[in-house]
This record gives sequence, C-alpha cells and structure tokens, in this order.
Amino acid sequence: MTGKKKGLWLTTVLLTPTALWFLVMLVLPLIVVVIFSFGDRAPTGGYAAAFTFDQYANLDSRLKAFTNTLIYAPLGTLLTLIVAYPLAYYLAVRVNARWKLLLLVLVIVPFWTSLLIRTYAWIFILGGRGIPTLLGFVGFEDIRLINTPGAVLVGMVYGYLPLMVFPIFVSLEKLDKRLLEASSDLGGNSFRTFMQVTLPLSMPGMVTGCMLVFILLMGEFIIPAFLGGGKIFFLGNALVDLFLQSRNWPFGSALAVTLVVIMLVTVTLYMRLTTRRGTGRDESIM
Amino acid sequence: MSKNYKDNQPISAKSFMDEFRRYHKGSVSRRHFLGVTGLGAAVTVMGAAVPGLATRNAHAFGDVGDKLILSTWPNYHNPLNIEDFTSKTGVNVQVNAFGSNEEMLAKLQAGGAGWDVFVPTNYTISTYVELGLIQELDLSKIPNYDAKTQNETFAGPATIDGKVYAVPKNWGTTGFVVNTDKIKSDPKSWKDFFDVTMGAGSGHTIVHDYQLTTIGAALCALGFSFNSIDPGELAKAEKLLIESKPHLFAITSDYQPGMRSGDAWMSICWTGDGKQLHTDMPEMAYVVASDGGELWSDFYAVPTDAPHLEAAYAFLNYMQDPYIQLRDFESHGYPTSDSRVDAMLPADIVNDPILYPAKKLMSGLEFGAAKTLTDPGRAEVMARFKSA
Repeated sequence: MTGKKKGLWLTTVLLTPTALWFLVMLVLPLIVVVIFSFGDRAPTGGYAAAFTFDQYANLDSRLKAFTNTLIYAPLGTLLTLIVAYPLAYYLAVRVNARWKLLLLVLVIVPFWTSLLIRTYAWIFILGGRGIPTLLGFVGFEDIRLINTPGAVLVGMVYGYLPLMVFPIFVSLEKLDKRLLEASSDLGGNSFRTFMQVTLPLSMPGMVTGCMLVFILLMGEFIIPAFLGGGKIFFLGNALVDLFLQSRNWPFGSALAVTLVVIMLVTVTLYMRLTTRRGTGRDESIM
Repeated sequence: MSKNYKDNQPISAKSFMDEFRRYHKGSVSRRHFLGVTGLGAAVTVMGAAVPGLATRNAHAFGDVGDKLILSTWPNYHNPLNIEDFTSKTGVNVQVNAFGSNEEMLAKLQAGGAGWDVFVPTNYTISTYVELGLIQELDLSKIPNYDAKTQNETFAGPATIDGKVYAVPKNWGTTGFVVNTDKIKSDPKSWKDFFDVTMGAGSGHTIVHDYQLTTIGAALCALGFSFNSIDPGELAKAEKLLIESKPHLFAITSDYQPGMRSGDAWMSICWTGDGKQLHTDMPEMAYVVASDGGELWSDFYAVPTDAPHLEAAYAFLNYMQDPYIQLRDFESHGYPTSDSRVDAMLPADIVNDPILYPAKKLMSGLEFGAAKTLTDPGRAEVMARFKSA
C-alpha cells in the first residue's frame, strides 16, 4: 500500500461519519421539506400528496412577516455589533490578564440557561412593575417598554451578544501591538490609529460575528413572541404557527424553503462583499 | 391515603388552599406548609403504618412500570397529587405543558409523541377518534370513575358511538377579566370588550394566541356564533380583529404576567385564571359575556400508541378519586363535573360567581365545535390577524 493510497483511505474513514450525518440529518429532511412545499394541506391538517404551486402563490399573505424579519434581523445584528465591539475591545486590549478570564466567563454564563427563560425574565424587567416604575420615580410617567419594537431589539442584543463578542475578541487579541506603535510613530493620533489599524484588523471577527448573529436572528421566534407581545411577527413565528396551530405543513414548508433561499442569497452576497472589502484573508469567514 | 385525607387534616379546604398558595409562591417554607396542613404528620403516620408505602406500594396498584409522560396545560395540576402518585406507584411522571389543542393535535399527528396521558378539550375528541389517535378506555381499569356521578353536559363529549374515549378532568368558561381600577365603564359583553379596546382602554387589552377563543370573541361581538366557520362571518371577524390590533397590548395566551404588572387592563380569560387573579387582586373582575362565549370541559385521554399503558390507567384511576380531584381543584380553581367532589365543597366556593356563573349567563355559552379545530378558514384568519 503506497502512502498516497493510505492517505486516501484514512480521509474516507474520517469523513464518512460527517458525510452520513449531513446526508441523514440535513439533506434528507430538506428534500422532504421541498417535496411537502408542493403538496396540499390534508383536510384535518398535515400533508396530502399533490403537485401544486398554490403554497408559493400564497406567500404574499405573510408579507409582513418577511418585511419584519428583513428589517429587524439586520437592525438587531447592527445594534449587537455596536454594543459588542467596545466590550470585546476592552476585554482583548485593555483589561489585565488577571481579570480577563473571569470577565470572559461572565460573558458566557448566561448561555448556561435557556434563551427562553432569560427572555421570559425580560418580560418582568421591561413590564409595568420593572423599569417603567423606576422611571416613574424620576418623573417619566406611563412609559411603555414591553411589547414594543424597542423591547424586541433589546431582547435580540441581549440574547446574541456573546456570539458577537467572542469572534471580535479573538481577532482583537491577536492584534500585533507593534502595529499600533508604528502608527503612532508615524504621527497617527489614537482615533486615526483605531480607524486605520485596529478596526480593519478586527474586521474578520466582526464579519464572523455578524454572520452568526444574523443567521440566528433570521429564524428567531421566541424574542418577538415574548417581548413583542405576539404583535411583531417574524417568519419564525409564521412557521411555528403553520406547523403547530394551523397544521398546514405544505404552506409551512414553502415558507421554510423561501427562507432558506433568502438566507443563501443574502449570506453569499455578504461573503462576496466582505471578502473583497475586508482583509481578503481566508479567516474572514470563520 | 385518599380515604384519610380529610380526617388527617385539621384545617378547612379554604385555609388549606391559602396555605398552599403561600407555599407555592415561596412565602412559607415546605416545612411550615406540611406542618400547618397536617400533611407532614399524615405522611409520617402513613409511612410508619405501611412500611412499603414510602418506596413502592406494589400491592395496591400492581406493577405498572416506572414512567409516565403526561401532556397537559400550564398550572393545571396540584404538584402534591403528582408526588403522591409517584410515591404510591413508583411511577415517575414527566409533565409537558402545552398552549393550545391545535399544538397537541399537531404533535400527535406528526407521530411518535410518546405520550401516555394527555388532556384534550371537549371539541377535539371526535377528531382524535376519527384520526385513530386515541384509544377506547377500558373502564374496568378505572374503578374510581363513576359515570352516574358525572354531569352529562360536561362529561358527554367523551362518549362517541357508545364508546368512552376519555374521562373528565375539569370544566370552565371563557370570558374576560377586567381591571376595574383602570376601566370604569363596566363592560358586560364582547361588543363592550372590543369597544373599550378601541376606546378608553386602547393599548391595554390582551387577546389569546388561540384561534378558538380570539376569533370566537370577535364573532360573538358581531352577533354571530362563537363557532362560526361561515366565510362571510369570519371575514367580518377578521376585519374587527385587524382593526383592533393596533390597540392591543399583546396577542398571547400567557396573560397573567401582563395583567398582574398593570400593563394590561383587560384580557380574554379562563375561569381558573380569573379566579386566581381575583383572589390576589380584588380589583380584577371576571366577566362571562352576555353576548356569548365558550363553555368547555377537559378530559384525560390515552393516545393509541401510549408506551406505558398500565401506568396510564393507574394515573387515570388515581385522578378520578374524588379527594384527589378536590385537591386539584383547590390548587387551580377549575371546577369538576363530579357530584362526589361538589358534595365536599364549602358553600362559599359553590356560590362563587366566577367558578359557577349564573344559569342565565351560562345558557348563552356554547361548547367549542369540532369543526373549528380543523377548519382551514379559521386557522388562516388567525394567522393573517397575527401577521397583519
């Protein structure tokens, strides 16, 4: 057995479990979803075999869910980035080594509890007896926070912050401090150094973080349901309703397929754009 | 234990309930609770008298396995009953809470749910039977169930073509709850409900995330049947709902937090939640609407593919014991349809207008109809209202 053959054999053995996993857990279910999306709703709900484009023709009845998702997901991603960057910068550059580990752990701690429970807790923080009561003490009466677009955005930023902090933290931590010195030697003030050295070099982390958060926000349904009072309706909510309430599997499948297509297009465009504009290095994508 | 439950208890059902609430909310310790209610002593005495009881009472229930999966509604069981059942039978109960009958049906329809017992509402049973998703019950295995003591109005929907598919749990009404400190106009009907929503109470009303009650309320407000599936009537209901949407506080079936925090002033509401809210906050009034609404009863049923059938029967039988039913009622405030339980209730509960509305109001209510569960028109109206 030659070395080359042995390598090929090893590669096959190592990749088979992953390949099978993807086939059984991802590709096959997706095929089922695509097939269902051309079917009919059975009289008592579920799926009845058919070949029709009716489900896709009905997509416009969920137009608001599409526009809501396409507005709130990017907006939520942007806000998360704005909140996460200073935190990641502080953790990576400013804080001394002794505190760094503790603070990093604190960023992860919320992940030990389910998002559902943490989001439910926000109902009470933003509800009438929470922050609005405190605001009442300082003269701002009758301020409604819960079940508003703002509450949904707060929930999004809170829920997904760690996913944004960590990639940025990693790229900032690798930052070669000598480059900052070089910049200042060449007469750059701290703002210019940040804009022309630090920010571009942390681009890969920002690109990765934004993608992680954006993809998850596109499928989000808990946060709008809990903090938007069910009035701010995302595609995720439409899907939950179609499968769990109306039991209209074909229409739900059509909606899911459409969401997947939108994601593929957006993410591809995003990757093209960021690899060209950014550092151009492989690591820009995770 | 069940026979001695009343004897071993030096306090009234009412004060037992109050103590239980305190314990449930965490304001008293478990030790205090067990002490004042006498349950601690009862358990100790029982434990000493019947050595096998603490671990597993194999003789009373036979070997029924060690696991049971129960799918039910939130806040719908006395945790003491579940613990007691486990200690008597050795069966550990895994409880799943659901938000709507539609969701339960969706899970069973998808197959492989693995449930042993679940709690469907009256109007869904015929569909479950039609789809072959629940099994006919062998009543000889549920000796605690007595058809003669059941109120036929509530227990009736479980019998289809002479076969019994479910045993009764609790019943109630669907009306609305009003915070009378905030809303002074004394709304009496669903028409008032929507008028107040779009008027003085704008921004403070909750409707359920549930097609049956929310569309039903809108239909009643327009003078139609709670159960209508007529496309013309549904279109009018949809128009009313979409018109009122900007004035709503939320679309959710979890309405207690919003009502308690003072953000919401009015909500579609079920009996037991109305009772719980009124008990804690007297300004909360429960209204059975004069222009209609829902009367409902819930049941225990067993899915066709229940993996732990013997445990399921043991559980059904345990839950039909009048004393156990009473203890459930005391914890959640939903009446039973069993006259054996009614006979044990104190007068102030039997006369409670929230739990037992006046005959005149009751006569205007309708049981949910099977057709509303599967009607695609109602499902779409709800979905369009939510995504509007």
